Amino acid sequence: MKRISAALMMLALFIPLGARAVEPGEELSNPALEARARSISAELRCLVCQNESIDTSEADLARDLRRIVRERLKAGDSDTQVVDFMVARYGEFVLLKPRVNWHTAILWAAPLTILFIGLFAIGFSVLRRSGGTPLPEVAQLSEGERLKLNAIQRSQPDEA
Amino acid sequence: MARGIGRQVIVELGHFALVMALVAALIQTTIPLIGATRGEARWIAVSRPAALAQFAFVAASFLALIVAHVDSDFSVLNVVQNSHSAKPLIYRISGVWGNHEGSMILWLQILTLFGAGVALFGSQLRPAFQARVLAVMGALGVAFGLFILLTSNPFARVGEPPLDGLGLNPVLQDPGLAFHPPVLYTGYVGLAVSFAFAVAALMEGRVDAVWARWVRPWTLAAWIALTVGIAMGSWWAYYELGWGGWWAWDPVENASFVPWLVATALIHSVIVVERREALKTWTVLLAILAFSMSLLGTFLVRSGVLTSVHAFANDPARGVAILLILGIFIGGALALFAWRAPKLVQGGLFAMVSREGALIANNAILGACAAAVLLATLYPLIAQTLLGRTLSVGPQVFDFFFPPMIALALALLPIGVALPWKRGDFGAATQRLRYAAAAAIGIVVLTLAFVSANAWAVFFGLALAAWVAAGTITDWAVRTKLGTGSLKLTFARALGLPRATWGMVMAHLGVAIVTLGIVTDSTWKEEAALLFKPGQSIAALGYTLTLDKIEKNLPHENYTSTRATLRFVRDGRTVLVLHPERRFFPLQQTETTEAAITTTFFRDIYATLGEQRGEEWIVRVQWRPLVAFIWFGAMTMAFGGMLSLSDRRFRLGAPVRAKTRTAGAPAE
Repeated sequence: MKRISAALMMLALFIPLGARAVEPGEELSNPALEARARSISAELRCLVCQNESIDTSEADLARDLRRIVRERLKAGDSDTQVVDFMVARYGEFVLLKPRVNWHTAILWAAPLTILFIGLFAIGFSVLRRSGGTPLPEVAQLSEGERLKLNAIQRSQPDEA
Repeated sequence: MARGIGRQVIVELGHFALVMALVAALIQTTIPLIGATRGEARWIAVSRPAALAQFAFVAASFLALIVAHVDSDFSVLNVVQNSHSAKPLIYRISGVWGNHEGSMILWLQILTLFGAGVALFGSQLRPAFQARVLAVMGALGVAFGLFILLTSNPFARVGEPPLDGLGLNPVLQDPGLAFHPPVLYTGYVGLAVSFAFAVAALMEGRVDAVWARWVRPWTLAAWIALTVGIAMGSWWAYYELGWGGWWAWDPVENASFVPWLVATALIHSVIVVERREALKTWTVLLAILAFSMSLLGTFLVRSGVLTSVHAFANDPARGVAILLILGIFIGGALALFAWRAPKLVQGGLFAMVSREGALIANNAILGACAAAVLLATLYPLIAQTLLGRTLSVGPQVFDFFFPPMIALALALLPIGVALPWKRGDFGAATQRLRYAAAAAIGIVVLTLAFVSANAWAVFFGLALAAWVAAGTITDWAVRTKLGTGSLKLTFARALGLPRATWGMVMAHLGVAIVTLGIVTDSTWKEEAALLFKPGQSIAALGYTLTLDKIEKNLPHENYTSTRATLRFVRDGRTVLVLHPERRFFPLQQTETTEAAITTTFFRDIYATLGEQRGEEWIVRVQWRPLVAFIWFGAMTMAFGGMLSLSDRRFRLGAPVRAKTRTAGAPAE
């Protein structure tokens, strides 16, 4: 199960965020730290633009926030501490990926729940409808019927 | 700017035509419906001319608005707010639907176009049924006609005409805008036909293969337009917004994607109704939901309840009116469904493992995807109104659930295609697909050998693309009995396949191509942000890049541009020269970035010019492997839809079968 959920999480990498707006001078020299800064930035909303992360936004505020993220990382903060700092300053709204709590439980749980309920309900209704009455057995065709059928099939190719 | 009184009065004529269109719509929706209920042939006969008249009046009105924009008639508020005399002609025309009022007229125009289509090409429908379909579409015409006249009148005049207009948002001044909204609206509104067919069928209490055969081409046409429209929007975002993203899970993008998912489910389920007379209730519900999602999409875009990059359309007051329309049509249709659907007679039986079963699974997954995307899109609104929390739902949330859900649909696709109707043999189907499975695994191994990737989910994605492609080709090979006779015979069989089959093959190949493009671009794209002094060279993305020059203040019709010349050198040879630009629109005091893109089969190279920092310029370059496959694949899907639409049996129509089939149809 753990492996499956890991696989699902990794699938999530498929759909990309846009290219970054990070300017050359902003990057941290430590690549590990820079990578962390980027993944944090991608999850923080640019508050003056519409639906953009501070990682992709060219707005001045986004640039300031990117700088703050990097400064705090350099000062030795953990990822969670940086994010907490931003939430304390700007509220939950700043998180593009809302935290899992009871306010967001439905959001995080609903998609797969809907899928499983849907598949289950449909499977159940199909079984109920066809399970009780088995499909009638097909009678064997006589040789004449078979030839006739072949002739018809040749003249009318099977439709999709 | 001297204009004769004749052209001035065009605006009044347009306004008048719009009122007349409303009158025609009122007639179209009332008299034929009464006639259909009471069986009065003369009352029923009103519906076709009324639909044609409504179309003609709306066309006259739309044309009048276009003339006002082309003429730069600044006594009209809509022209003042959205146009400018210095704007190029094409944007003066496309600017007509680049704003709220004009886009609602366009919406109505397309609705009436479809209405006229049903009136003209539906002559083989039973007159009473056709009248009911047109009555439902007429009711939509009434609602939106009233909405436009009462809250969004594009013909309103201003007291003192200004000398010039405020202009059009520069981001929207792009050839892409000229075509993206009309195509997308054709998709949105085309689903109104499926909706009208569903509601009319519920009124009559019967759904049969003939019904499905009529609904299918209209739904397919709408689906094609939605597919093309979404692909165009995505491509436009990629080259115009300057950061190379092609999908951001923005509310407005989702507003078009949710109807697409439902419509995709619908074009699959309606096949089951047509071929097997099963899934009727579900298909009718889908037809209602598909258009409901379109209306909701219109609501989301037009009311501004959700913040979005498409904020040019925001206006909460109109939102209430659209909410009312939404409530009446969606609520009314669903109530009718709840009342009448139980009376629909269910047709053919089938086992779980069968083509029907696979199509149901397809529907369940696509439906769940649509519901999940819708929920996540609306969640900030739900959280705010019900939980009192202000929160954001960003792409990360969608990326969490959507890929695994759609992956399941892709995994099942080749199996479903391989299963026969009624009752299938899972073993035989998978037996047939062993080469497809081998191809999928082979491609993963091959990729692993030549390219490095850090997540094995990437291989899973590539394997799915290969699996879908190989499974589709396997099915094609089985249908043409490839390898059993001479190639000539296979060729003859391939030509003999119905166009609908070819359409399915193309559309499913398109799915594989899109998947390949998405996975590849997301995994292996490279980017670099560089600081150049003019004349400087920097090594990046395997090239030596030289910023040859920056030309400032190049004059254009309504903007000035700063143009960079960026040279790509590899092995001492110049292989590419790109000219990314920044454009400054003095009227709006805004700057836009104009990306320079070069596309080959395997990759895009994408360059944008950033801001100036002292002597230096920021230049961003991206290497985007197979990114064009995303749009190419979407177009392949749409092409498949068109092939299917051109199938003989849709052109011939259903009445030949209607005579032999109607016996089994009545519900009560």
